[in-house]
Amino acid sequence: MNHGIGVDIAFFLLAVLAIYSGWRVFCTDSMVRASFFLLVSFIAVGAIMLLLTAVYLGVAMFFMMAVEMMVMALFMVMFMMNPAGLNPMKMVHQERVAMAVGAVGFMVLGAMALFAEFPERPLPADLEPVAALGRELLGESMLIFESAGIVLLTTMIGVVVLSSHRGRYGGAETGSVPPGLMPGGEPAGQPAQGEDSEGGHQHHHH
Amino acid sequence: MTLMMLLLLAAALIGIGLYGALSQQSFVMLMMGLELILNGVMLAAVAFWALSGAGAPPGQLLTIVVMAVMAIEMAMGFALVVAVYRGKQADMTEALSELKH
Repeated sequence: MNHGIGVDIAFFLLAVLAIYSGWRVFCTDSMVRASFFLLVSFIAVGAIMLLLTAVYLGVAMFFMMAVEMMVMALFMVMFMMNPAGLNPMKMVHQERVAMAVGAVGFMVLGAMALFAEFPERPLPADLEPVAALGRELLGESMLIFESAGIVLLTTMIGVVVLSSHRGRYGGAETGSVPPGLMPGGEPAGQPAQGEDSEGGHQHHHH
Repeated sequence: MTLMMLLLLAAALIGIGLYGALSQQSFVMLMMGLELILNGVMLAAVAFWALSGAGAPPGQLLTIVVMAVMAIEMAMGFALVVAVYRGKQADMTEALSELKH
């Protein structure tokens, strides 16, 4: 690929930024800051994609990650005890194993990058990356593209099912308890524990 | 900016992501590790597309599929976090130890 020295310098700066912010994600005290570090890492990788002339993918990365990391920061504030990082935080388990696995993963993949022989076939000069991608998405690979859409729709439904507290006819456990043998009685076919009969009661009183 | 450097960068991102996904206790931080792994995978896919694949369009398609996987992972992860929090008031992996058989 024939490009100027500016592209190389930009690549090195972005690569250092991507790795540094990716590392800082796991050693900052504040979880909100961690999600912003992850955003910086993603934006650096998106900019490298722009340098590689994958314009659509790079810009899509910016938009997607900006929104996604905002959601992540919101969840951090909602669920975590220490989102602001006012005191030191280190919540890790099996850290040595994890470090070893990470290092081994990097070394194996890095050895492949260093020693494997990949064919060198740069982009043709007259390629229009965005137009080519559009023709591929709505042409030969339309089935794959549409399948991804269906899977995303399924995910949306699954997410709503998982996270909704109550359905139209009561809590999630209401329908899972069999009705009692007599009105208001214990659920049929269950060991009598007393605690579990709540669902059966509610079921028969509406 | 050679293919080797791009792949080394992708390998570094995947390594950091592996460390994060295995070591973090909080669910959301664990998901950040997974995201970082996918970040490296996408970078490697684009690098191969641009420098080794002669711009074959399915290379870009692969990256789009990985992006969809990332969105799905994110959405399902957050839904599971909400469901676990409702059930157990927990946001740490250790709180779910009774899932072990």
